[in-house]
Amino acid sequence: MTQVYLDHAAATPVRPEVLEAMLPYFSQRFGNPSAVYDLGSDIKEVVEANRAKVGRLIGGHPAGVIFTSSGAEANNLAIKGAALAHLKKGRHLVVSAIEHHSVLNSARYLEKFHDFEVTFLPVNKFGQVETERLQKVLRPSTVLVSIGHGSNEIGTMQNLPELAALCRAAGVLFHSDAVATVGAIPIAVDDWQVDLLSLSGPALGAPKGIGALYFRPQLRLVPQIHSGIQENGRRGGTENVPGIVALGTAAELAQGELEAGSRHLKKLRDRLVAGIQEKIPYAIYTGHPELRLPGHASFCFEGIEGEALLFLLSPRGIYANTGSACASKALKVSPVLCAIGIKPDVAQGSLVLTLNRVNTEAEMDYVLAQLPPAVERLRSFSPVWRKKIAAAAGGQS
Amino acid sequence: MRFLKDCKSDVTADLVYRVCPMHLLEPSELIKDLKTGQVLEILTDYDGALDDLPAWCTKHGQEFVGVCEDESEDIYKLYIKKLH
Repeated sequence: MTQVYLDHAAATPVRPEVLEAMLPYFSQRFGNPSAVYDLGSDIKEVVEANRAKVGRLIGGHPAGVIFTSSGAEANNLAIKGAALAHLKKGRHLVVSAIEHHSVLNSARYLEKFHDFEVTFLPVNKFGQVETERLQKVLRPSTVLVSIGHGSNEIGTMQNLPELAALCRAAGVLFHSDAVATVGAIPIAVDDWQVDLLSLSGPALGAPKGIGALYFRPQLRLVPQIHSGIQENGRRGGTENVPGIVALGTAAELAQGELEAGSRHLKKLRDRLVAGIQEKIPYAIYTGHPELRLPGHASFCFEGIEGEALLFLLSPRGIYANTGSACASKALKVSPVLCAIGIKPDVAQGSLVLTLNRVNTEAEMDYVLAQLPPAVERLRSFSPVWRKKIAAAAGGQS
Repeated sequence: MRFLKDCKSDVTADLVYRVCPMHLLEPSELIKDLKTGQVLEILTDYDGALDDLPAWCTKHGQEFVGVCEDESEDIYKLYIKKLH
């Protein structure tokens, strides 16, 4: 059976080059980087070399790269760590309304346990944070602003340089969850004046269990995992050396492929989007039509349930998602779609297709052959939908 | 322990919130790059540094100049002069 995997925002296969690079560090080169003998100190050098590769990919100094277990941990460390390190300035945070749970819930934690006040900043209909709106909510007590670079749910990308420059000028720290964009588009964290930036290994073709936080090296952070000298005293726990090698290798590969990879993804995405818009009526293309992740297509199909669509597509070998991996499982209307003004009943019909460099044009064509009849079939079961279509037809005649 | 009101330094190591034993590891690296007579300033929030750094200086033949408490930030500033 043809299989087309279009849920790369949830999980990606480990790249063969990455797997090959990391394998020796499970067995032959197993030393602890903190050990003083060469079996350990050699490994420390490997860790540092891979730290530099990650720094290069995002245009940041290697000293600012802290390896974590995931993008979610990086977001936790950025938000809690930076906010708690700057209590003297105040206890006000700003996060956008469409952030990942790891950002929203870190902010809520500070609100609940550390008396912070959090502003959940609304976005426009494309899911963009407007600079003027951000400017209006900043206060002298604002410690940190956190705005994700690209939304895994609606694909929209934010104007990070502009938002970060505003915060720098106002003396407010700026964090961005860039899990969706690192490796997909060029990033210049230092030039853009971004103080903290989270990234994740799996998004680059490294295995799950590795991520990183980039922080401006002069910045103070309160560690969230307390131990000893690992990550220069900022994040405890013996280093995940195979994961670090994997992330560094994946970062290096991504850097070499950024331009061609992005071009390839855009071409596939545009083919997919144009085909869906042509073949499926009452399909709302969510997020920004142009300023979006190159490999991201998201729709809401009126009159159906996204979950049902996934179940119908799965036996046809098509694997996609209805939103973020966590929200999808909860069968809850997506807060991101609500935030961009999609009505709850329409938001139920969400489909998110996230592509990767390994996808092909033939796969897009296969999806375009299978998806329209699947949507049509589900709509045919719905009395509400039939009534709506009948009313629309009556109105036209 | 010598308490200071102010002290000039040539290099600063900001180790605030960085956990023990970073207050010993980082200065021992940084001091290698100083010239004899230069002063290293160490910023830390770790109380144990008040005992550990003078002891480290004694052991390694460097001069522990003193400590200054920065109450506005709840941190300590400790000063080491490189003797060799």
